[in-house]
Parts: sequence; C-alpha cells; structure tokens
Amino acid sequence: MQFFLQQCLIGITNGALVALVALGYTMVYGIIRLINFAHGDLIMLGACLALTLVSAFGLAGGGMVTTWFGVVLLVLLCGLFCGGLNVAVDRIVYRPLRNAPKLAPLVSAIGVSFIFMNVGLFWLGPADRSFPELLPAANLLAGDGLQFTAKDLLVLVVVIPLMVALSLLVKSTRLGKAMRAVSQDPTAAALVGIDVDRVITFTFFVGGFLGGAASVIYGLYINTISFQMGFQNGLYAFTAAVLGGIGSIPGAVVGGLVIGLVRSLSSAYVGERWTGAIVFVILIVILVFRPEGLLGRGTKEKV
Amino acid sequence: MLNDHPSGMHDVTGAVPLRERLVAFVRERWELAALLVCAVAPLVVPALGGALGGQVTTLFIYCILALGLNVMVGYTGLVHLGIAAFFGIGAYVFAILTVPMYPFQMRFVTAAAVSVLATAAIGLALGAPTLRLRGDYLAIVTLGFGEVVKVTLRNLEQITGGMKGLNPVPPPGKGVVIGGTDLGLAFAIDPRWFYYLALAALAVVVVAMRRLEQSRLGRAWVAVREDELAASAMGISAIRVKLSAFAMSSAVAGLAGCLYAASLSTTADPNAYDFNRSIMVLCAVILGGLGSIPGTLLGVALLVGFDTVLAPWADAAIQQWNINPSGSSLLSFSGWRLAIFGLALVLVMRYRPEGLVPSRRLAAELHKEHP
Repeated sequence: MQFFLQQCLIGITNGALVALVALGYTMVYGIIRLINFAHGDLIMLGACLALTLVSAFGLAGGGMVTTWFGVVLLVLLCGLFCGGLNVAVDRIVYRPLRNAPKLAPLVSAIGVSFIFMNVGLFWLGPADRSFPELLPAANLLAGDGLQFTAKDLLVLVVVIPLMVALSLLVKSTRLGKAMRAVSQDPTAAALVGIDVDRVITFTFFVGGFLGGAASVIYGLYINTISFQMGFQNGLYAFTAAVLGGIGSIPGAVVGGLVIGLVRSLSSAYVGERWTGAIVFVILIVILVFRPEGLLGRGTKEKV
Repeated sequence: MLNDHPSGMHDVTGAVPLRERLVAFVRERWELAALLVCAVAPLVVPALGGALGGQVTTLFIYCILALGLNVMVGYTGLVHLGIAAFFGIGAYVFAILTVPMYPFQMRFVTAAAVSVLATAAIGLALGAPTLRLRGDYLAIVTLGFGEVVKVTLRNLEQITGGMKGLNPVPPPGKGVVIGGTDLGLAFAIDPRWFYYLALAALAVVVVAMRRLEQSRLGRAWVAVREDELAASAMGISAIRVKLSAFAMSSAVAGLAGCLYAASLSTTADPNAYDFNRSIMVLCAVILGGLGSIPGTLLGVALLVGFDTVLAPWADAAIQQWNINPSGSSLLSFSGWRLAIFGLALVLVMRYRPEGLVPSRRLAAELHKEHP
C-alpha cells in the first residue's frame, strides 16, 4: 500500500511538470489550431539556458535562501527566454502561413524543432549532461514512511502558483477574454475589434513562459538533460493535452496528472521500458473512443 | 496531350532530328529513361559493383518507401508520421519468415508476399478505428503507433531479438541453382544482384503508382484530399477511400522493409525504424513535391545524397583546408545536418509548398488562398 502511495506521489509531481508543458501545447492549439511540434525542443533550449545560468551564477553549494532565490530567478529568466523565442518563431515562421493549408504550419513546426535540436546539440554537446543538485534530498515528511523531498516541494511550489495565475489571467482579465474570443472564432473576434495578431503573440509568449519554467524544474527535478529530451517530453505533454481535451486549460492539467500517474505506475508495476508504449496506446484508445478528450468540448467540422 | 508529341504523323519521315526526339522521349517517359540509365550504369561504372552499389540499392529502397508514404500524404492529404513503423513491420515479418532460427524459412517471394499482406493488414487494423479523426489527430495517432512499434520491437526480445535484431536473413534465391550457380551465393557475393532486384521492385512500384494515379481509386484519393465533403456528396465513401490509401501506403512500406532486411541480411536494431526515419522520408516527399512521383524520387535522392555524398565531402574539404583545427562540431558540416533539414522544411513550406517538382494539381490547390 505504501509503495503504491509513493508511486502515486511521484506520479503527481511528475504529472504537474507534464501539465506545465502541456499547457503550452493546448493554448497554442486552442488559438490557431497548430500542433506546435517545436514546443518540446523549446523547453530543451530553456533547460540549456538554465544549466548555463546555474554555472554562471555559481548557484550550486549556496545557502538555503540563495538557492530558493536563485531558483525563482532562473524560472523568470528561462521563462522570458522561452516566451520570447516562441514569439519570435511565431512572427518569423508561423504568421506568414496563417492562411496556408493546415499541413504547412505543421511541417514548419517540425522544421523549427529540428533547428532547435541542432542549437541544443551545439549548446550541450551530443552526450547527456548532468544538472547540478541544488536542493537537499532529505525527506520533509516525518517518520520513515512516504518520501517527499525539497525537489517535490519545488515542483508544487512553482507549478501551482503558475496555474492559478494562468487561470486568473484567462478568466478575469481583458486579455484573457480576448484569448477566449479568438479561440472560439478569430474572424468574429477581429470584427468586434480584438487585435487577433496581438492575442496570438501573447498566447505564444505565455505558452513559452510556462515551458521555460518547466525547463528549470525539469533540470532540478530530473537532473539530466540532453539535446534529445525535447522530443520524448514534448510527446508525453502533447498526449496529456489531447487526453484532457486539447484547447482546454483545466483539461491539460488533468491530462498531465493522469499521464504522470500512468507513467509512474506502469514503471513500477509493468517495467520502465514499456512505459512509452503504454502511454501511446492509451493516447490512441482515447482518441478513438473520445476524440474530444476528458474535459474538451467536441468541435464540429465546418463546411 | 497529343499536341505535346513532336513525333506526330508528319515527321515519320525523319525530319525531326534524333536529339529532339530523345529530349521529347525523356520528358514524356522520364521514368523509363531514368530506369534505363540505372539499368545500364552498373555495367559501365565499375564502382557500382562495389560499396557504392550497396548505397544505391538502399537509395532505391527508400524511394519505394517514400512512394508508399506519398500515397497517404501526397494523394490523400493525410499526414502520416509513422511510416517507419510499417517499414519495420515489413522487415521483421519478412525476417521471421526467413531466418534460420524460425521454422518457416520460406522462399523470398513467398515471404515477401506474406509480409506485404501482413503489413497492409496491420495498416488496416490501425486505420479502421482512427481514420475518422481530424487531420492533426490522425498525425499524432500515426506518431504514437510508431513509438509503440519501436518499443515493442525493442522489448519483445524472444521474438524480435531485441537490440540485436534478427539475423542472418538469407539472400533471395538461396538454394536455387540456375545453370550451375547458386542464386543465393550470387546475391551474397555481387552487390549488383541486389541493385537490380531493388531497381526492378522500384520500377514495378513506379509503374503501379503511375497507373493508380489515373485510376478510379487514385482520383478518389485526390478528390478526398481536395474536399472531403464534396467528394462524399459525389458518392465517394471517404472512409473507404482513406482506408485503401492507408493500406496501400502500409503495403508499399512493407515491401520496402522486406528488401531492406534482405539487402542488409539483418533487420538491424529497432532504432532504424524510429520517428527520425519517418520524418526523413516525410521530408523527402514534401521537399520533392507532394503527390508527384518524380518529385518524391528527387526528394529521396537529395536527402540520401546529402548524407552519403555531400556531408562527407564537405567534412573532408573542411578538414583538408584546415579551417577547423580544434575539431569543434560548430565548424563541421555534418554538425549542421538537423538545422539544414529544418531550415529546408521551413523555407519550402513558406516559398514553395508544392515542392521542387510539383504535381500540377497540388500546386494549383496550394496557391489558391484559403479562406
């Protein structure tokens, strides 16, 4: 029983991380119906920057306060970096293709992901790089039962406020309202005076910012990064987004948690090497039986 | 079409010079011309009998694979991100039917036929429940299926040999003796045998695709791509048409897989059938021209040529001119491989979405502004 609970805890922490990445996919898809293949590799670049900054600031081996302050700073800097990069890619690559057939932006996104991967290859080198352990591994819970370390705490401390902030942003600000309007119907949104391009830019920025935050946590939590990490993690996150109902923000969070649990439980009970297959079988089954996802609303093809 | 023929009734007398007639022949029947050149080349260029012959054989096999993918992506307009999985299934089924560790040990042709059918069946089994999905969801299903296949091939060690793959796959015609020579031995010794086998298979696929393009089914594929709703209104069953495209793609990819396993005499490790391979083949089709047979062939030639000819040559040149004494990957040409491919994809989508050798129909569609 305790083993099971422990796996669930790992799953939830992992899932929170997946959800953060999934939000980037789901927001961009919700607004311009593009599967942003480059999102995973964007996060890889964020992790590259995080690693560089950790060494530049000499964060490893600092005191408690310095470390937590440093982590917050890292999250901000990497978030800004990834957000800015995402906006730049949208401007240069996707915006000219807004009226092109659907295949064009999808293939371009694959192209951008290749370019990012190559940059990551130059930045990190071909081998896996270890990310310094900034946080103590001591158990925060009393007794020798469940393990809950500072790293797990970090994930929740960063992810939960970000998600609350995001839902406030989308639900109760003018810009959030504009985002929802554009995602429902870009033409009608433009007709009522919403600057659609600005809303799209902002969406790319927010998605990228969350991805940048995720990249820092990924580095601190998983402790290994490589130029190829984007593909696999992006795929899991995308699966989470689809699972929850792509385009739906709470859906991405639920989907992320489910994927996290599936991964940790299948690694524990079936074997780590089958995890990838199990996640994608679940994805295919869900798409077949409930293509709109757990929380998504069905979209009708328009004539 | 008749007007294009320079050799109409009036010039039977030989008024048109030979050169012009040759040019007309190449333009009209380029595939025959190309096949003829490929068929004669090994007899004239001795290098093709050696290592180069093997590489060109692989090129032909990728051409077959890309033509298979073209059915789905080019004609029918469905994005397929897992073609390598079907390539792998073809290779593994073929290997299981022929390697000595299994009791089947079928002949080449039988094993190839069975594995092509099996691959098509698996394509149908995946396509039947998923083809209702919208375009980008379908793309993700094929991608996910590719990952599932790769993981399964890697982990089912008792059946697939895990990372070692299945080997030795016997050469075609093993034990068949014609005129005192063992055909299998001939295949094993002289790469030109495989060269011609792959060339013949490619020729068959090209001719079949040419025919399919103009057949009722081929036109239905294009109709579904251009406007599914309108096509259904005309009485085309969109699901059935898409399913047939999926099965055809899978079958052709399976054939390529058989040839691949036979020519390498191993299935290689499962990583040979991963997402990267799928994407590279997709790049080739898109770069060359969606739905265009010559475009697809050119795209594969460019991509394979990049890896096997251009990159090694440029790397050697950089080394020779001593530009890069420290050996940094930033200054090596092959270090930029991914970025060059990525940039090519982005630029092609931006400026020439119909590809280098476009199919006329698709070019017209892509240059129409969509609402």
